[in-house]
Amino acid sequence: MNVIVCVKQVPETTGVKINKDTNTLIREGTKGIINPFDMYAVEEGLRIKEKLGGEVIALSMGPPQADEALREVVSYGVDGAVLLSDRAFAGADTLATSRTLAKGVEKVGEFGLIICGKQAIDGDTAQVGPGIAERLDIPYVAFVRKIREISNHTLVVERMMDDGYDVLEVTLPALITVVKEINEPRMPSLRGKMKAKSVDIPVWGISELGISEEEVGLKGSATQVIKIFTPQRHGNREMLEGSVERQVDQLVSRLDGMKII
Amino acid sequence: MDYFLTEDQKMIKELSRQIADEKIMPARAELDEKEEFPWEIIKVLASSDLMGLCYPEEYGGLGGGTFENCLAVEEISRACIGVSVCFAGTGLGAYPILLFGSEDQKKRYLPDIASGRKLAAFGLTEANAGSDASGIQTSAVLDGDEYVINGTKQWITGGGEAEIYTVIVMTDKSRGSRGASALIVEKGTPGFTFGIKEKKMGIRASATTELVFSNCRVPRDNLIGKAGIGFIVSMRVLDRTRPGIGAQAIGLSQGALDTAVSYARERKQFGKPIISFQAVQHMLADMAIQTEAARALVYSACRFIDSGAKNISKVSAMSKVFSSDVAMKVTVDAVQVLGGYGYMRDYPVEKMMRDAKILQIYEGTNQIQRNVIGQELIKEYAGKKDNR
Repeated sequence: MNVIVCVKQVPETTGVKINKDTNTLIREGTKGIINPFDMYAVEEGLRIKEKLGGEVIALSMGPPQADEALREVVSYGVDGAVLLSDRAFAGADTLATSRTLAKGVEKVGEFGLIICGKQAIDGDTAQVGPGIAERLDIPYVAFVRKIREISNHTLVVERMMDDGYDVLEVTLPALITVVKEINEPRMPSLRGKMKAKSVDIPVWGISELGISEEEVGLKGSATQVIKIFTPQRHGNREMLEGSVERQVDQLVSRLDGMKII
Repeated sequence: MDYFLTEDQKMIKELSRQIADEKIMPARAELDEKEEFPWEIIKVLASSDLMGLCYPEEYGGLGGGTFENCLAVEEISRACIGVSVCFAGTGLGAYPILLFGSEDQKKRYLPDIASGRKLAAFGLTEANAGSDASGIQTSAVLDGDEYVINGTKQWITGGGEAEIYTVIVMTDKSRGSRGASALIVEKGTPGFTFGIKEKKMGIRASATTELVFSNCRVPRDNLIGKAGIGFIVSMRVLDRTRPGIGAQAIGLSQGALDTAVSYARERKQFGKPIISFQAVQHMLADMAIQTEAARALVYSACRFIDSGAKNISKVSAMSKVFSSDVAMKVTVDAVQVLGGYGYMRDYPVEKMMRDAKILQIYEGTNQIQRNVIGQELIKEYAGKKDNR
């Protein structure tokens, strides 16, 4: 079974500086790393390959330097990698990104499972994985902490919840996003590192993907960032006490008094 | 310092360093305390291909040489030489097969060793035969198509944990050192057992045991090379592996220096970091000078050996003796820089100091190394004109 793993190159958080005027990240000169959650996705993909055979292909959308991140995952044992990169992809929100990645997945070809990290540590949205699944019209499970069973047709997983976990069975092909509890990523191998140096990583842009400029990047995004700011902390809070009925009564009258309801 | 390493060599160093930082450093104190063989780390080193560095590709290795292996040993040793001796010890056990084994023996044993599926160990030392290898008493007598081994090997690195043992035995006592031979004995062979695990001052993550042979029968095919060359096998093997001890020493020295410098930058006395005091700076400077000089010598020895040179005994011994003396001094000084904290087990330098001592002792004491160097000097100068 072939597994597609989506990875993102993100700035190393320890070295990040913020532009005080625009409140955006200064990306120039900061070292790029693989989004840490994606390493768990890579490891899980490799374990499935060791169990069921097939190939693990890594897919990333990003600027040309994201090639480094893909070479790095090859050193861990990933069989091949594709970079989706085009000037037109710049400024993409999660909608445009998942649309582009879904096109990339279709072009890669047959697969049984797509694995993503639960979220990227820069945007923190956790939307792209599920967005890809929606675009491809396949089932998905987010926040997977364990794969209990996997065959070429079905998958049984544990989904991490705040107060425990759910057990879900899905038919394949499907998409999962994984949390760090799922495994302990391996070390790269020397043969992998040697392969990473010479492996051919194709770059696919809008023409290769057969997608229009209107669907990708800033133009294809449904959200536009107007301003980024640090919210001011408001320290005022009040605990309502007493029986549940009394607390609800108090809450309703406060909200009413503040003209909120 | 730039030693003009190749891309592949840089990669080996980088990967070994990553494993040392992420897997070995966090585990070393506990491995030392519990005297536990580092199987988890050995598995990581194996799956990262590092166990196969110095074996030809046809036997599942990566086709590197002494230098490639030493670069990995150095980086692992920066974190823990108790772990690096487990890594390097398997190479010592495999080298007799690699250098003198038959094609059949190489095919049978090297792929498992190169992949890290099995570890190897080398058995030379005995209670009455250490520096004087001709005093070996373990005997092997040919009986039909089998050798029957009797005797006890002492202080064998990897004993009990390794699967494949290359053992130096006497096949003809009347011929002294020319009656020694090298045999391969696999763990589990009837009549082959292990004595108690020794309690050591340092390198406690590694296993050191006796190998006990009691009418242990191995096929005649397990003889490495031919009968009577056991002593030559040992000397040739040790000539090639001694820079590995040098690599352990420079890694250990570097680890101690790194700890001492970062501590001296943080520790404040009289209102200033102690690194601002000349007394401390001079100690650190001497540690750095010696470590770098040792590294230059070990690297040169490795490159000389890998060039295919024949007369490697002297430089190999030099690289071992110099860098192990450096490691002893540097680790003692690292404890001094850290003062009272350095003496406590909360900091890694007391372990480094305990570990360092073995480097001056095993694979030939530093006194024996100086004998080797002295003998080589006598030979060299005997052929030269007097040019005072």
